[in-house]
Amino acid sequence: MNIRMIIKVLGTLLIVEAASMLPSLLVSLIYGQDDFSAFVVTIMLLLVTGLIMYSIKAPNTNLYSKDGFAIVSLGWILVSLFGALPFFLSGAIPHFADAFFESVSGFTTTGSTILREVESLPRGILFWRSFTHWIGGMGVLVLMLAVLPKAGASTFQIMKAESPGPNPDKLVPKIGQTAKILYGIYLVLTIILIVLLVIAGMPLYDSLIHALGTAGTGGFSNMNRSVGAYNNVYAEVIITVFMFIFGTNFTLHYQVLKGNWKAMFKDDEFRFYLGTMVAAIILMTINLTGTIFNSVWESLRHASFQASTIMTTTGFATTDFNLWPSFSKVILVLLMFIGASAGSTAGGLKCIRIVLLLKTIKREVIKVIHPKSVCTVKVGGRVLDDSIVSGATSYFFAYMIIFTVAILIVSLDGFDLTTTFTSVATTIGNVGPGLEMVGPVGSFADYSVLSKIVFSFVMLFGRLEILPMLILFAPSFWKKVNI
Amino acid sequence: MKIIIVGDGKVGYSLAESLSQENHDITIIDKNPEALKKASDYLDVMCIQGNGLSASILIEAGVKTADILIAATSSDEMNMVCCLTGKKLGAERTIARIRDPEYAKELSILRDELDLDLVINPEQAAAREIARLLRFHSAMDIEIFAKGRVELVELKVTEEMPIIDMDFMTISKKISSNVLIGAVLRDNEVIIPNGSFVVKENDILYILGEPSSVFDFGRQIKKCIPKIRNVMIVGGGRIAYYLARNLRQFDMKVKIIEENMDRCVELSELLPDCLIIKGDGTDYSLLQSENLSDMDAFVSLTGHDEENLIAALLAKQSGVKKVIAKVTRINYPTIIKNMGIDCVVNPKIITSNYITRYVRGLTNAQGNPVETLYSIIGGQAEALEFIVHNNNAKFLNVPLKKLKLKEGVLIAVIVRKNDIIIPHGDDVIKKGDKVIIITKNRHLTDLNEIIASGGI
Repeated sequence: MNIRMIIKVLGTLLIVEAASMLPSLLVSLIYGQDDFSAFVVTIMLLLVTGLIMYSIKAPNTNLYSKDGFAIVSLGWILVSLFGALPFFLSGAIPHFADAFFESVSGFTTTGSTILREVESLPRGILFWRSFTHWIGGMGVLVLMLAVLPKAGASTFQIMKAESPGPNPDKLVPKIGQTAKILYGIYLVLTIILIVLLVIAGMPLYDSLIHALGTAGTGGFSNMNRSVGAYNNVYAEVIITVFMFIFGTNFTLHYQVLKGNWKAMFKDDEFRFYLGTMVAAIILMTINLTGTIFNSVWESLRHASFQASTIMTTTGFATTDFNLWPSFSKVILVLLMFIGASAGSTAGGLKCIRIVLLLKTIKREVIKVIHPKSVCTVKVGGRVLDDSIVSGATSYFFAYMIIFTVAILIVSLDGFDLTTTFTSVATTIGNVGPGLEMVGPVGSFADYSVLSKIVFSFVMLFGRLEILPMLILFAPSFWKKVNI
Repeated sequence: MKIIIVGDGKVGYSLAESLSQENHDITIIDKNPEALKKASDYLDVMCIQGNGLSASILIEAGVKTADILIAATSSDEMNMVCCLTGKKLGAERTIARIRDPEYAKELSILRDELDLDLVINPEQAAAREIARLLRFHSAMDIEIFAKGRVELVELKVTEEMPIIDMDFMTISKKISSNVLIGAVLRDNEVIIPNGSFVVKENDILYILGEPSSVFDFGRQIKKCIPKIRNVMIVGGGRIAYYLARNLRQFDMKVKIIEENMDRCVELSELLPDCLIIKGDGTDYSLLQSENLSDMDAFVSLTGHDEENLIAALLAKQSGVKKVIAKVTRINYPTIIKNMGIDCVVNPKIITSNYITRYVRGLTNAQGNPVETLYSIIGGQAEALEFIVHNNNAKFLNVPLKKLKLKEGVLIAVIVRKNDIIIPHGDDVIKKGDKVIIITKNRHLTDLNEIIASGGI
């Protein structure tokens, strides 16, 4: 491992994080609440640590794929640790384990919270909480690549390790340019969303918070009752649509920008994503009409918002779906596992992997009927490499293992089965709310410190797609000479 | 610039490597996913898996807005078709690697009909490079123009040279060689000389001309060009053929050792002036009986790196002054350096350097109506290539001696179709010529600007 170079890159990352705290500093300055000093201290700490790490001389600047993985996993842990400081220093969250949970939940765009009540928190802190969603959604390291003047060839390893999906690819030949385009699309869409929300009648500050939460598919709100607090149909529809947009692969957005509309509907993953969401909305609407809501329209309104928020792993809520009938709740839990598209800001297993798994099963069935048959797995008219197909199956298995181990540890706290099961499902899928105690109106506050730390790591596992985190636990990864 | 490279072999990869370091947008197309994986892992480029001949793949790679399309697959025919398709689809310029000597003879037709901007033959380029290494000290700075047909060679004036204290007029009368002194470096300052310039000791002259003329000039002024008369070549492949033909121009005697009888017969037909010997080039007794130790230079060009290196070591041990080996694998340059072999050439690297240089010229010329632009003499002067159009009418067909040029500007070479003209007073510029201008004056953007006010 090229440890010097890794430290150097991590130092740069911390400097970028310091810069990303400036908007929150500005907000706290405007509202003049007592969180100002917490930001100043954190920024100073970040700058000093970052500059010291950056000043290390690295004679060899090559980064191989394991270095890329190390940078991503260590970088995310570091960024989350420093990101927790404003919460802790301002006194908004008195325990550091809680602050770390909140920070990880922000950066991984989960949106689970240990706060029972958020409306009384200083505005700068709330802004920072939502801003972590925004930079975590597209990726902290991708942000670093976008702002760096010259990103070398080896930095592609970093982007590959951080971007979600089985086979991340570049949009344009240069990595720095790709990162800039991605953040450009992201920024423009976010600004459009803010404007639309203001037009729909939401106050500017609340629009900012909800736009940042939607863009990162995070789900932190400044209201205890989330989006439901406004009871504003327009805002709900806008957020529903934009959650869907941010859950779509950004490569498709780029294609559409270039005028290639057809690419969107030719894409296997997008069709699956759209189809699943529409099916879920229809089924839930039928199930809810008459049992919870009286009119079809009201059922449709809440079913579509909830389907979009859970499938894109955002985690806002307009109603307490904990009270819904079991059928709808099971659909929501299934959507938690599926997640949205690869290459988006969303979490979960990702639609493309489900598509791949389904196609593999189909291939296995054909193999039984025609034992000598040769079939390739095709997506979008292109034959996929076997390593990608088998990568998807092993990813699914690894996901389930992490899920099982986490449930086992969390169950020590003795909460009921639904709470335990959905709390892990929601954190590994970076969704936000679960059912029962951790439902849309609940919080994770009652869990023990051990469980909170486990949840924090589970969120990181989910966001970074397991392998970069798992590699930290491999002994041979740390040895100087690894054979 | 947006550059598409078709074919991710050694040439494609090293091209992508050097061009991406110069900040171009590179897209590589290849059928082989293994080769692409290496490129996408180590280079900041985009890789597309597919057939570079297919229009849809080329369009996906962005051929419509591409500045340069480089076809570097292993097949000549594929490269030609690829460039043809690419040009029709909208690529600004196309570069093809064409190596078959059959085609090499018809290059100018091919170039015109297929509208190729640059054709490169790796073997021929390698042969030129080896010939250059044999003619000059390797430390000497050499620049090439007009696709390798014109050289700019650096020459330091020392006291034993007869040209000291002569002006250029006298020199050109005394020394019968068709060359031009393009620039002089005196006390670290570049001077673009005229006819009355007087040469002093310690001046560094930049001599411009066709390779054979430059060599001839160097010999006449007794610059200690290594006295190489006898060259032994082991391996009779295409490079050996081109090299032997090349060396004959400089009156060097060439002996080729080749194992394959049929090839030997073929070579003896093609190269009547050379001695062809059938035998194993790594066989020490054969080499000795062919008096290896009396040779001035030894070049090993077989298809195996190991044989080339061993033969070269044998030659070095026998006391040959200059030993050159061809090595195809590029992974171990430092080991070879320690072995004591004078020079190692790699045709693929030479090819890729050649194209890189061309691309650099194009990049420098961007935003200028200049064809290509090279900075020479450590960036202190520029060599610009213009194409003569109608609007340069005021000096078309006017003898150069009647043109009054600005100070610090020199018409260095006129390329007329396939002819190279080192201009003298009576030569004229015609429409359609390519003119290479050497100038100290930056920002020269139009050929008309070289004429001093009240010229002609």
